[in-house]
Amino acid sequence: MMNMNRLIVSRTFRIGQRLLGCHTRRAGQEELRLQQRRSIKTHCRHLAYSKKAFFVLQAEVFPYPEIGNDEVEEIKQLVAPVEKFFSDDVDSAKIDREATIPLETLQGLKDLGLFGIMIPEEYGGLGLSHTIYARLNEIIALDGSIAVTLAAHQAIGLKGILIAGNEAQKKKYLPKLSSGEHIAAFCLTEPGSGSDAASIQTRATLSEDGKHYLINGSKIWISNGGMADIMTVFARTEVEVDGVKKDKISAFIVERAFGGIASGKPEDKLGIRGSNTCELSFDNVPVPVENVIGEIGGGFKIAMNILNSGRFSMGSSCAGMIKKLIELTSEYAATRKQFNKSLSEFGMIQEKFAMMALNAFVMESMAYLTAGMMDRPGVPDCSLEAAMVKVFSSEGGWICVSEALQVLGGLGYTKNYPFERFVRDCRILPIFEVLIHKCLNSEGSLEPIPAVPAEAGYTLDRTGKDGVVHPSLEDSAKKLEQNISLFGSTVESLLYRYGKTIVDEQLVLKRVADVLIHMYAMTAVLSRASRSISIGLRNHDHEVLLANTFCNDAFFKNNYWMVQLQKHSPENNDANIKKIAKQVLENRAYICSHPLERTY
Amino acid sequence: MSGRVLVGVKRVIDYAVKIRVKPDNTGVVTDGVKHSMNPFCEIAVEEAVKLKEKKLIKEVVAVSCGPQQSQETIRTALAMGADRGIHVDVSGKDYENLGPLQVSKILAALAKQEDAQLILLGKQAIDDDCNQTGQMTAALLDWPQGTFASEVSLEGDKINLVREIDGGLEHIKINTPAVITADLRLNTPRYATLPNIMKAKKKKIATVKPADLGVDVTSRLEVLKVEEPPQRQAGMKVETVEDLVVKLKEAGRV
Repeated sequence: MMNMNRLIVSRTFRIGQRLLGCHTRRAGQEELRLQQRRSIKTHCRHLAYSKKAFFVLQAEVFPYPEIGNDEVEEIKQLVAPVEKFFSDDVDSAKIDREATIPLETLQGLKDLGLFGIMIPEEYGGLGLSHTIYARLNEIIALDGSIAVTLAAHQAIGLKGILIAGNEAQKKKYLPKLSSGEHIAAFCLTEPGSGSDAASIQTRATLSEDGKHYLINGSKIWISNGGMADIMTVFARTEVEVDGVKKDKISAFIVERAFGGIASGKPEDKLGIRGSNTCELSFDNVPVPVENVIGEIGGGFKIAMNILNSGRFSMGSSCAGMIKKLIELTSEYAATRKQFNKSLSEFGMIQEKFAMMALNAFVMESMAYLTAGMMDRPGVPDCSLEAAMVKVFSSEGGWICVSEALQVLGGLGYTKNYPFERFVRDCRILPIFEVLIHKCLNSEGSLEPIPAVPAEAGYTLDRTGKDGVVHPSLEDSAKKLEQNISLFGSTVESLLYRYGKTIVDEQLVLKRVADVLIHMYAMTAVLSRASRSISIGLRNHDHEVLLANTFCNDAFFKNNYWMVQLQKHSPENNDANIKKIAKQVLENRAYICSHPLERTY
Repeated sequence: MSGRVLVGVKRVIDYAVKIRVKPDNTGVVTDGVKHSMNPFCEIAVEEAVKLKEKKLIKEVVAVSCGPQQSQETIRTALAMGADRGIHVDVSGKDYENLGPLQVSKILAALAKQEDAQLILLGKQAIDDDCNQTGQMTAALLDWPQGTFASEVSLEGDKINLVREIDGGLEHIKINTPAVITADLRLNTPRYATLPNIMKAKKKKIATVKPADLGVDVTSRLEVLKVEEPPQRQAGMKVETVEDLVVKLKEAGRV
């Protein structure tokens, strides 16, 4: 079952530990000691899960992850040919128009080594870190179809083998997958099971001789489905638990060569048209028992782990795309004149550029913070953080592309410019892999929630301690602190009010999740900006500006959401919203009488 | 003919970057600007690697003269297939004043030291457009030169070359050892694939100083001023040929 036995509340109390306090400055010196804060142990009684503290890296959020000089050099070297390939040899308009990626382009990607970025070198891959993977994705994201094809292959398609496969499976399958000779696909979704992944119906039954499983069922929306040679398929299997027969999901490595697999025709999609998406049907497909990934019955957990591990790069993908959009649109805004002024002199246009810059900044900060955490040895899993990055980036990305198109007005709406393609390609972001948003919303669900501790008067004690945030960001840090403390008490009172039924209150959970995401974002930008100032990166003043602006904005948004979460809050329209929805859905139509009707 | 080929690679400002002149007019802005391997040098490296793949030569050695960052350029050459690199460390004022004469002296010294059979260079660098290094190196070594090469083929211990010249194409045959400079249509350089970049990390780059080679890098040239080209003025349209002649006379052009 879903592993979301984490409670936000306890975690948030731990956040207090990281509090970004005031840095006691040494005489005149800006020398910042970016060392870890001593963790303040908050006495928390929510120990139901004692797993990782929220924000995982209780210590790892500050300082911002640093990579060695060698790695910086390496990244520069690796990025150059990929950038060149994408600018010279990738015709995105053609890929979109013809709804297919040309074979030469695909081969070029394979030759560059982009099909096995994170597969260890011993299996033929590049063995690169999460950080470098995220960096490369900034470039790959410039073409949505290619990005999805590559991600479906390595971020989820073959991930199962990588993280849960045994040595024999890795040796057998990874080398050809690294070179791109074989392409992988992730087969979980079915016509009747999208977000509710646990309800899949595809079945795998053990053959009489016990040597094969026979898989029967159908999957839909499978990226790379039409061309994949190796698929990670999830199916129900019968297991015995304490003498009782139950159905549990298992994961299998299925080769198209096993026979019995048919792919439907490619879906005609709004965006990412070059990415192959289709239905797959499995008719008594024989899968050797050696191809079970992990243990029989352990499939759901593997699916969750796979999805969790690939998510983080969406932040850098979106950031890369937004940065490109800023370049493309600013050229136009600076030269196009109306009312005798160039567009860039108008407030609303300026707002759009500021918004794009802020979004790119936050997404970058969050993505690389998360990737850095994931790269650290022995750090517990960062799935919550990766999920937050994903949600923020997919929603922010969608808004930014829309605004970028708006800047170009009519021109942006035509196919002569790439903006409409970016808009169409981005629309998928909030749709796929959304399982996590729901998960984010239902955290705290499955564990019985013990009584909320009486930490109501929780104080964030950090006066006089070594601050980890630069003084120019102090105000923002204080705002974050305030948010955190209010959050703690807000969640407490929510749990009092709802108890376990809070899992069903989506509108409440949505706000909780949004506040959480914004707080993580604030932490990420403060951490990053502090580092930039202290090491003197070029344009760090601009970063401080961005960080403070974002934090200011997020602070008020968070407060508003939290106010809405209070009991009987007049700002909260949820009850009415639900009523409206109920009446509309009952009638399956808009129910008001037409304003022109008469009764007399 | 088997043996060693020296390929010179230069780190220059990337061709796609908009160049800006420094406010003090002493040069162009290089700080924080994207740099990459000179495109003609890429073509030279590609040719060398091709020769090695055809087993006509044994080893490709990439050479670059410049500061620490030049090693990045050598690494790119290694990722394209060169076997090892030599970084001639020149930095600061010496680097700013480094020109074809000094580089050709260095290359000549290295060719002797490494017992090279062939030196492959790009025809010119896109930052200074000197088009002199290849020629000077050949002269210093007293070797034949094949410049502006658009086709190279080895025949025993001789080289058949097609040169792109103003009048068309010139076919020549030269002895080895020789210096060849690559022109645009010689080949299409390969991408340094990511797996090759990773493999290249294991290849060696040796560092030497010009003094070790007995070369004096002091420059005989002094840059007085660097300024932007004059802004292009708008043209003028005239109705008749007579008007045109009048205007030309006014401008003192006729």
